[in-house]
Amino acid sequence: MRLGVLFSGGKDSTLALSYGREKEEVACLITLLSENKESYMFHTPNIDITELQAEALALPQIAKTTQGEKEKELLDLEEAIAEATREFKIQGVVTGAVESVYQAERVQRICNKMDLWCFNPLWKHNQKALLEELLEKRFKVIISGVFAYPLDEKWLGKEIDTPIINRLVDLQQKYSISPSGEGGEIETTVLDAPEFKKKIEILDSAVDYRGNSGVFRINRARLVEK
Amino acid sequence: MILIVDMNCKKDSLGYFEFVLPIAAVVEPLDNWIVRHYLEVTSEDLSLCGAIILSGTPLMDKATLSQPEKFGWLKETEKAVLGICAGMETIGVVYGMSLTQCLEIGMTSINVTKENPLFSAEFKAYSLHSICLELTADFEVWAKSALCVQVIKHKRKNICGTLFHPEVRNQEIIKKFIENQINRK
Repeated sequence: MRLGVLFSGGKDSTLALSYGREKEEVACLITLLSENKESYMFHTPNIDITELQAEALALPQIAKTTQGEKEKELLDLEEAIAEATREFKIQGVVTGAVESVYQAERVQRICNKMDLWCFNPLWKHNQKALLEELLEKRFKVIISGVFAYPLDEKWLGKEIDTPIINRLVDLQQKYSISPSGEGGEIETTVLDAPEFKKKIEILDSAVDYRGNSGVFRINRARLVEK
Repeated sequence: MILIVDMNCKKDSLGYFEFVLPIAAVVEPLDNWIVRHYLEVTSEDLSLCGAIILSGTPLMDKATLSQPEKFGWLKETEKAVLGICAGMETIGVVYGMSLTQCLEIGMTSINVTKENPLFSAEFKAYSLHSICLELTADFEVWAKSALCVQVIKHKRKNICGTLFHPEVRNQEIIKKFIENQINRK
């Protein structure tokens, strides 16, 4: 089955892509470039890096800009999936949804309307186990956004490793923070993964942190040999 | 031991992670479990298990509904069975019910129509189905949504089904189903 992966460049959609490739044929990436940083549907930090990630994955990408207005952004997603269906003859869509019924439901509705299969291979996975799976599979993932107390600027740009996972799990117990950021507490960017033919090197970055939220912005990056 | 039947159209499919593993995660703290694809269920599996859970499938996957002959054991088993979504639909087909179109995706209000051991007051559950069942006289209705029958139970056998997915937001229903079997031993 030919699949399009809803791809944000973060850990969940990249891991979901791995699952998709293991079982079926991934034909393209589908990315929504949301101009709304508060979007419930789409990841925003470093979304423009997905172009480099697509190149690293040697996969074509359909990237569509959306203003990110609630529900209207779903029409933009539908158009992007329709384009993937026309261009790459996809028969199904893969998402990185783990817990969010809000996101899963909306993609399911679009797929149903378009007679497409919808797969959520990370659905209901244990969040700590999911983070550990990234390490086992040698993903290189950095935290590119923090959006909840007590996460502060010191977390931004940090690579997810065992001590970071332990700290996130600790925060889950103390502050009910979802360790994998399912409540939007953290966003991530994948710099390397088993499917990447090259890895991403950050050449210039900046931290922008205000109040209890901030992003690690990648200003310049390039692909280098692994 | 709980036998989880993978109802996806093929073994080791992408749907396994989404529709089978979350059920196993709920069962894990309560009992041992094994997974068998529906085409590979053996009489030994059926004999060894304490109860059986039939998984759901992706919305597009309706393979089991056209193969009731693969589920002859559902008519013979005396083990407790819980069918989830496509699992319930398959129970319906095996027991001669007809299917009608009925789309529900997302959180759905479930109204209890009969007192039962799995749940009591009205609750919300995650639905992902495009068809529903018209019941035969062998079954009774335990719960409904605004659009269709959501929970069924065979009147004489320990076979029940939920059209919604309890493994998503109502894991306690699966736990009670298993605990009821453990308590019967």
